[in-house]
Amino acid sequence: MIPAGFEYHRPTDIGAALSILQEHGDEARVIAGGHSLIPMMKLRMADIGHLVDLQDIGELRGIATDGGTAVIGAMVTQHELITHDGLASAIPLIREASLQIADPQVRYLGTIGGNVANGDPGNDMPGLMQCLDAQFELTGPDGSRTVPARAFYEAAYFTARDDEEILARIHIPIPGAGTGYAYEKQKRKIGDYATAASAVLISVQGGSCSAASIAMTNLADTPIWAAAAAAALVGSSLDDAARSAAVAAAVEAIDPVSDNRGPVEFKKHVAGVVLRRAIDRAASRAS
Amino acid sequence: MNEQTLTPEQRTANLKGMGTSRKRVEDVRFTQGKGNYVDDIKMDGMLFGDFVRSPYAHARVKNIDTSAAAAVPGVVAVLTAADLEPLGLHWMPTLAGDKQMVLADGKVLFQGQEVAYVIAEDRYIAADAAELVEVDYEELPVVVDPFKALEPDAPVLREDIAGNMEGAHGPRKHNNHIFTWEQGDKDATEAVLAEADVVAEEMVYYHRTHPCPLETCGCVASMDKVTGKLTLYGTFQAPHAIRTVVSLISGLAEHNIRVISPDIGGGFGNKVGAYSGYVCSVVASIVTGKPVKWVEDRMENLMSTAFARDYWMQGKIAATKEGKITGLWCHTTADHGGFDACADPTKFPAGFMNICTGSYDIPTAYLTVDGVYTNKAPGGVAYRCSFRVTEAAYFIERMIEILAIRLNMDAAELRRINFIRADQFPYQSALGWEYDSGDYHTAWDKAMKAVGYDGLRAEQAQQLADFNAGKTRKLMGIGLTHFTEIVGAGPVKNCDILGLGMFDSCEIRIHPTGSAIARLGTISQGQGHATTFAQIIASEIGIPADDITLEEGDTDTAPYGLGTYGSRSTPVAGAATAMAGRKIRAKAQMIAAYLLEVHDDDVEFDVDRFVVTGAPERFKTMKEIAFAAYNQAIPGIEPGLEAVSYYDPPNMTYPFGAYVCVLDIDVDTGEADIRSFYALDDCGTRINPMIIEGQVHGGLTEALAIAMGQEIAYDDMGNVKTGTLMDFFWPTAWETPNYQTDWTTTPSPHHPIGAKGVGESPNVGGVPCFSNAVHDAFRSFGLTQSHMPHDHWRIWKTANGLGLHG
Repeated sequence: MIPAGFEYHRPTDIGAALSILQEHGDEARVIAGGHSLIPMMKLRMADIGHLVDLQDIGELRGIATDGGTAVIGAMVTQHELITHDGLASAIPLIREASLQIADPQVRYLGTIGGNVANGDPGNDMPGLMQCLDAQFELTGPDGSRTVPARAFYEAAYFTARDDEEILARIHIPIPGAGTGYAYEKQKRKIGDYATAASAVLISVQGGSCSAASIAMTNLADTPIWAAAAAAALVGSSLDDAARSAAVAAAVEAIDPVSDNRGPVEFKKHVAGVVLRRAIDRAASRAS
Repeated sequence: MNEQTLTPEQRTANLKGMGTSRKRVEDVRFTQGKGNYVDDIKMDGMLFGDFVRSPYAHARVKNIDTSAAAAVPGVVAVLTAADLEPLGLHWMPTLAGDKQMVLADGKVLFQGQEVAYVIAEDRYIAADAAELVEVDYEELPVVVDPFKALEPDAPVLREDIAGNMEGAHGPRKHNNHIFTWEQGDKDATEAVLAEADVVAEEMVYYHRTHPCPLETCGCVASMDKVTGKLTLYGTFQAPHAIRTVVSLISGLAEHNIRVISPDIGGGFGNKVGAYSGYVCSVVASIVTGKPVKWVEDRMENLMSTAFARDYWMQGKIAATKEGKITGLWCHTTADHGGFDACADPTKFPAGFMNICTGSYDIPTAYLTVDGVYTNKAPGGVAYRCSFRVTEAAYFIERMIEILAIRLNMDAAELRRINFIRADQFPYQSALGWEYDSGDYHTAWDKAMKAVGYDGLRAEQAQQLADFNAGKTRKLMGIGLTHFTEIVGAGPVKNCDILGLGMFDSCEIRIHPTGSAIARLGTISQGQGHATTFAQIIASEIGIPADDITLEEGDTDTAPYGLGTYGSRSTPVAGAATAMAGRKIRAKAQMIAAYLLEVHDDDVEFDVDRFVVTGAPERFKTMKEIAFAAYNQAIPGIEPGLEAVSYYDPPNMTYPFGAYVCVLDIDVDTGEADIRSFYALDDCGTRINPMIIEGQVHGGLTEALAIAMGQEIAYDDMGNVKTGTLMDFFWPTAWETPNYQTDWTTTPSPHHPIGAKGVGESPNVGGVPCFSNAVHDAFRSFGLTQSHMPHDHWRIWKTANGLGLHG
């Protein structure tokens, strides 16, 4: 658990960070909270020549919740997500999910940007962002562009972000008042990745489901935004049959692998259980 | 108030002696980050060692090219077996009578085995250079299943002893077989089984796990070429034995070796044995003349230093139809990995597995244990238990539950009618032990009353009815355990390690002003010895515990002892402490009589003084006596006030306890929620109730870990699947339930203060209790046995197999 040598950079603005990335190409990696990258370096599974620490870049911080969209800086920590009152009232789902990530010590350092940009299928934020239809603002040498969370993840650790781009901010449409939400996660212990997790948003109008969004975490090599599962709820009265159909559609969409948490059969079953509980809780909160 | 006016109760309280919940004196430095652990040691010119380890579980080592690594600036040397061979140090003896490669000698037998040792001026350079050592491996067939290892055509793992069919513990029946250990009466047991009303049979597996102490293993070896003295700092649970072992295998004279165990961050058996890192660091320091530090990382600790358990226990238990047990039969297949490096007393290759008749009056029993080599890491240490006692307790407590199912009896009642009765002690067990004392019925009845057992069963029945009616998806389980430990190894007549008798020791020196220093042959790894042993001395001699310094772990100053493991510190060193204290008190009595100008027999000990019999106003305090010992010429009495005691216990001690766990199982997710855990421990005389409670909490939490998720798992290729704390389950505060502790007190009749040892009891009793609770939840659906660890997917699999998912 001794990492190989590396150069440490600590720029104070995005422009400086980008030029370090350009200079060193694929030898350079940005580091946010470091919870994924540092263990990989210590295991010598990641050999990083130049480590670009983003923590002194003020423009990557801050949370704004006005104008119908929440804008969250990439270096905002999970602790800040939990304790920001404006965000908690605008999008309570983020707080509920963040509280299920590891423990307070981890959350003081772990960032939303690192969590979504690393492309680790075990992370909670990617699925959450897909559920919320977040947009990722990427800044590179040629300026900024925006990629939807639902189109960002290509495979484990592979995303739409170019090597020379930095995730700067995340834009999340604030769900309408009365939207029901739930983040449900099964894990072996505090600090573990999910055995299965799901994020659910449900809106109701006049007794029937008017909109829904469902995402599943750590059940494939990317987060799974389960459009067919959500579609099974929309237009229904959220009756048992609709909920069961949504679960069946989501289980069909996932592709878990066997690991120490259990075999595929178990994970698919638990994914269905976890999603059903999330739908039940979200539905109970929808008004 | 002066000493004249204090009541005896006040004077007793001032001593903070036995029975007092005295705060731990160690915690002042531990809680301030001021402890001094091996990795805190920094010496001028210190070098650092790092291992190249095998990625393969079984492979021939065809060539090792160290040239690129040796060429890295800052690298001092790279050692391989070829370098150690001229010194005769490429292999080392194990504690179990086997030998083990220090560095790979032609082949490797487990993943993570030490292949080469890089010594560098900097820890990072050592790690970089280790990556550059090129090893040419030829993969060999891997055997991870001990049953397959014994098949006729199984690959021969230990080619160094192939064809040698006489092992350290008798004949070997296969090249991958280590020993057969047989206890009890085979014919009589088989006859009982043949004639019994009922025989329940089951395979009970206690999976491979690991002690995984917070601090990993490590050492700093420092050879002073001017004085010829070697100082070896290390995470040693037995520093004196390590000194002797180092002397025997290195050829250095024992007086030229000083072993120091500084603060140790938990041991749990992991730090009893000798590891390649110690040998290589010593060699490196002798060769370079510089201090060499080696500290393993977490993955190295989990993959290569001593594991625990891995016992496959086939059991048969016979009983009358009324439930009276008539016989017990057990055949264990013990997976020892690539080398037999178990830490057991020499005559006990399967430890005290023959305590497996447990708390029950079983007239006839028979046990055999076959030790087997596989391509896994060596070890088999006692992880927070006395040698193999956890395995024995798990076995019998599962067999009792299985018998209860077979008899359709309540498992609490089945235990009650089979307990050894209080009037049967000392009790001779069918497998050869003499239980010193016990009162199991009193403890059991107290436990059943405390938890409201009948009410719990009624609640469980209601929850089951609700489950069957579709009102809940949770099943309630009630786990019961009554365990009997055997600790305090042990009588020298039958317990030794490498020929060293398992006595222990204490030396006490009283200073002229009445304070004291005591040194013991044991070493605390978190047990709180500096607190509790001072309390024994305080009560025995009458000096306040706060005025006593306690030291352990430096072989140049402490008396020889066999160290701390197997709950032996209190039963053995604690007894030595009391006996040394009594020697001092005897001399103090003579001094007091002289000072008071009366006959020796005319003074009597009174808390912290000697008083003239019948004249309580005439006394000398221990403080006055201590000063007199150093400033008066007393006829017939040597100056000074010191004593040393080496204690060879006449018997083991037999702590016991009654535990009850209540949990709820979510059959759909496999999650288990511990609702409550009640632990009654009887450890004899209680020295410090607060420390006992802390020990019980810690041991139960490790039991929770083992029962519910912790394992060292291998795939078919011998790859370790649980080599990091992401997968190796360590409970956090979040996963840890609340515990309710309780006690009865049945003093040991042969121990000077009646104490029995407690640190390991909760792990011995906790594991079967958690496991029994999981099994009990499924009892009404026909489950008899499902192997640990009871993690989510295994519980789910049980539920699934019983048809509970529709």
